[in-house]
Amino acid sequence: MITVTVNGAPAELAEGSTVADLVAERSGGHDRVAVARNGDVVPRSTWPTTPLTAGDVVEVLAPTAGG
Amino acid sequence: MPTTDPTTPAPDTADLAPALGREEATDPFALAGENFTSRLLLGTGGAPSLESLERAIRASGTQLVTVALRRVEASSSGAMLEVLERCGVRLLPNTAGCHTAREAVLTARLAREAFGTSWVKLEVIGDEHTLLPDGVELLDAAEQLVAEGFTVLAYTTDDPILGRRLADAGCAAVMPLGSPIGSGLGIRNPHNIALLRDAVSVPVVLDAGIGTASDAALAMELGCDAVLLASAVTRARDPERMALAMRQAVEAGRLAAGAGRIPRRWHAEASTPMQGLPDL
Repeated sequence: MITVTVNGAPAELAEGSTVADLVAERSGGHDRVAVARNGDVVPRSTWPTTPLTAGDVVEVLAPTAGG
Repeated sequence: MPTTDPTTPAPDTADLAPALGREEATDPFALAGENFTSRLLLGTGGAPSLESLERAIRASGTQLVTVALRRVEASSSGAMLEVLERCGVRLLPNTAGCHTAREAVLTARLAREAFGTSWVKLEVIGDEHTLLPDGVELLDAAEQLVAEGFTVLAYTTDDPILGRRLADAGCAAVMPLGSPIGSGLGIRNPHNIALLRDAVSVPVVLDAGIGTASDAALAMELGCDAVLLASAVTRARDPERMALAMRQAVEAGRLAAGAGRIPRRWHAEASTPMQGLPDL
């Protein structure tokens, strides 16, 4: 297992987990999700090929209402 | 107005104005190469329910609404996007909550991923108390995003000089505040808004501070090309009715600006002729 930070809280993930795995677990069916990893955008097309490593800081974001 | 059913078409003001006036009030609003017939942009934040939001959007006649990105646990995502899609409105992601150019640029990039649009309402605030824009960070972020090909609509102060700098940086629109976000204080410095309007050639959208319909009309009378508001509608007691009021105010203000107001006078000037006044 590796420990990463997801949306501000520590999370345990299996070794070799990718961004796509994390999104599947966290997105709750939202399809318009965007992911930042260590301060950079991870484009959707590269989610399946982007492994997460220990200490990564990840934000998984979705649309909401706003002015 | 029989507008309680959200599936009915938006209420139309056509019957309230002669054809010429209607045409002038809805002359196309060109923004970054796109034409809109509505000059009212609506923020989606603050609505008590999605049903209320949908009714307000339809009553407002808006064609462009702002949306935001938040952590997925806190998002209202799916259902809201369905409503917006049903209303046929274009989405304008914002960078609300960002305090630095770095945060705002990253948020814009994330929004482009999530929403599939390179349009962004760029918002870089200086503090939580006033939510006033930080001009230094804002200009920095605008320059970076324009260089990356974004269509930047910059939420800014009512400073004409900063507005000019943002336009020079390549922003597609400059969006000065009337007063702080959500304050409902209206347009605190109309003179600056008029100066800013004259200082740039890109569209000027009055954004933030609108409290009621007369504020929106004033923005248009001052020469703004459009008005962006959220709280004034979504937090009104009756959002749908206020949305219609805003729509008509924007159209009225646009008409008045085009019609040319009379000069202000210190003393009265009778409109009834003195000639032929009887000696009673």
